[in-house]
Amino acid sequence: MNVDVLISYFPRYAEAFLLTLRIGWLGILLSAAIGIVSAFTMYFKLPVLSRIAGAYVEIFRNTPLLVQLFFVYFGMPKLGFAISAETCGIVGIGLLGGSYMSEALRSSLNAVPASQAESAEALGMTHFQAFWLVIFPEALVLSVPAVVANVIFLLKETSVFSAISLMDLMFTAKDLIGLYYDTTEALFMLVVFYIIMLVPVSAAGSVLERKARHKMFGE
Amino acid sequence: MGFEVLLKGNNMIRLLGGLAVALKISLISVCISLIMGTVFGSLMNDRHPLIKKILRAYLEIVRIMPQLVLLFIAYFGTTKALGVNISAEAASIIVFSFWGSAEMADLVRGALSGIPPAQYESSLALGLTYHQTLVYIIIPQIIRRMLPLSINLITRMIKTTSLIMMIGIVEVLKVGQQIIEANRKNYPNAAFGIYFTVFVLYFAVCWPISMLSRYLERKWEA
Amino acid sequence: MNINGISKKYGDLVVLDNLSLKVKSGEVVVIVGPSGCGKSTLLRCINALEIIDDGEVALDGKAINPHDKKLSKVREKIGMVFQSYELFPHKTILQNLVLAPVRVKKMNRKEAEKEALHLLERVGLLSKKDNYPRQLSGGQKQRVAIVRALMMNPEILLMDEITAALDPEMVREVLEVVLDLAKEGRTMIIVTHELQFAKAAADRMVFIDGGRIIEEGEPKEFFENPKTERLKKFLHSFTYE
Repeated sequence: MNVDVLISYFPRYAEAFLLTLRIGWLGILLSAAIGIVSAFTMYFKLPVLSRIAGAYVEIFRNTPLLVQLFFVYFGMPKLGFAISAETCGIVGIGLLGGSYMSEALRSSLNAVPASQAESAEALGMTHFQAFWLVIFPEALVLSVPAVVANVIFLLKETSVFSAISLMDLMFTAKDLIGLYYDTTEALFMLVVFYIIMLVPVSAAGSVLERKARHKMFGE
Repeated sequence: MGFEVLLKGNNMIRLLGGLAVALKISLISVCISLIMGTVFGSLMNDRHPLIKKILRAYLEIVRIMPQLVLLFIAYFGTTKALGVNISAEAASIIVFSFWGSAEMADLVRGALSGIPPAQYESSLALGLTYHQTLVYIIIPQIIRRMLPLSINLITRMIKTTSLIMMIGIVEVLKVGQQIIEANRKNYPNAAFGIYFTVFVLYFAVCWPISMLSRYLERKWEA
Repeated sequence: MNINGISKKYGDLVVLDNLSLKVKSGEVVVIVGPSGCGKSTLLRCINALEIIDDGEVALDGKAINPHDKKLSKVREKIGMVFQSYELFPHKTILQNLVLAPVRVKKMNRKEAEKEALHLLERVGLLSKKDNYPRQLSGGQKQRVAIVRALMMNPEILLMDEITAALDPEMVREVLEVVLDLAKEGRTMIIVTHELQFAKAAADRMVFIDGGRIIEEGEPKEFFENPKTERLKKFLHSFTYE
């Protein structure tokens, strides 16, 4: 492996890294928002809306991100809905992630025992207060392991962005291999940057999971 | 809207052929993953610290490395580093099995450690031998816990195989691209129809499998 | 059943300390003692679920060897009921009951089922035969667990805190089954915290503390005239004054 090559590659990877991070995390924020809304409509069994949310979750959980991106990025403009590659990436991660986040939150909401709401209401809370002050916070804590797994999964999924010409880490690696044939160096840098991106998240996730467990079960 | 192009010539057949390529690769990878994952998963409760450490590291690599990165390493990296030229199909089967085995191993480990020790004890106390205890009591329970999750792994595998177009395998998305390219003049809106169809095809394959998994999970919920 | 000077250690912690106990055929021995005194461990050692460090457990004059290949043959003769029922969740009640007789004793399935239905009727659970364990209440599960042990027609029954996980109103239905078995002349070693029940069921009471037998005797003497300070204190802890 040639160190000079690695160093010369660094700026391009760093730039791609920042782009990947930005799109990835914006997409994850969007997915959290979509997930919360979708989970609420299903938890409260809102007529019609819960059906739509249910269909949305099934559709996006059962199709690959790459296909979703192709459809939105190349297919939708034919109907007059053209968006930039970057927006498409954010929306793609947001929609895919939203379906996973929705499932995580919904099952956590259902896992909070009904007696919790009852005891909250016995204390004089309204339905609404019991949900916001007791049920929802408990469900959030319960959902931590699933949410952490989803965040890692979504950050990994960003690797397909190169397919819609976003200059992310994958794109950079492919480009450099095509240009200079320094395959080993290009792949090495690719791995290094994914490690930089995901190891801290994985570690922070473990800490968060431990804290959540402690909070819920005192272990 | 660009659906007409599918009726032209054997375009729809070609698209389905592309899907078959993706499904074939997933199926092979799933089979390998089920077997290897079960072996690794059983070993993870092993007392040997070295085996444990190696398997942990393996699982962590799979946990944080995108499958596409692994695919690139297997396909482009090995050629350069080892001087061997493996086909894109072989590379993708290797990578997906590597990934799937880790996922499966984690499932097996979880299922094994989820059986309370008293289940072994009560079976032994009834006079069943250790072997009988495994066959009649433990393994059936493990299968009930594992099966829904393993079936889920199949849908994830199928979704992941969409990545193989990125290393040049002509699967459903690539075939779609080719059809769009070839009909750019006559069917300018083909991109919508084709990609929508691909989207629906993937859903049509994955959704029933997900439903089966959920059905089994509910049925066996203890 | 002859337990001769058995000891058991977990690391430095001595759980059973040179403990001996003889149980005659047809006798019901009830063991009481503070939690952590080793009474559950004693039952587990009898069944060789724990390997004893010293001493010997013998059934019908033959020592039980935990490394014996035929250990399951010996365990056939020793029935055990657990605190947490431990029914097999993937099998129906009837399947739970006939599994061991068919697989271990090679009993004919039809016969085993007939026997199972008969016993289920006796404990009032015939209607639950095709249900799964998760559909039963704790008391019902425990009655099934007792029947499951009886299906092997064991020479001796071990009961480890079988009512500890039950709601008070379910304790009675389970204990009545056990009392019934006692009247029938079954040999049993029972570990329990239910002193009222112990008084009613026991032929002999045994008090264990610190891994040793501190006092034993007839139930009447045992409860009304405890000789040792430790037993007095233990019995006293159950009264609210």
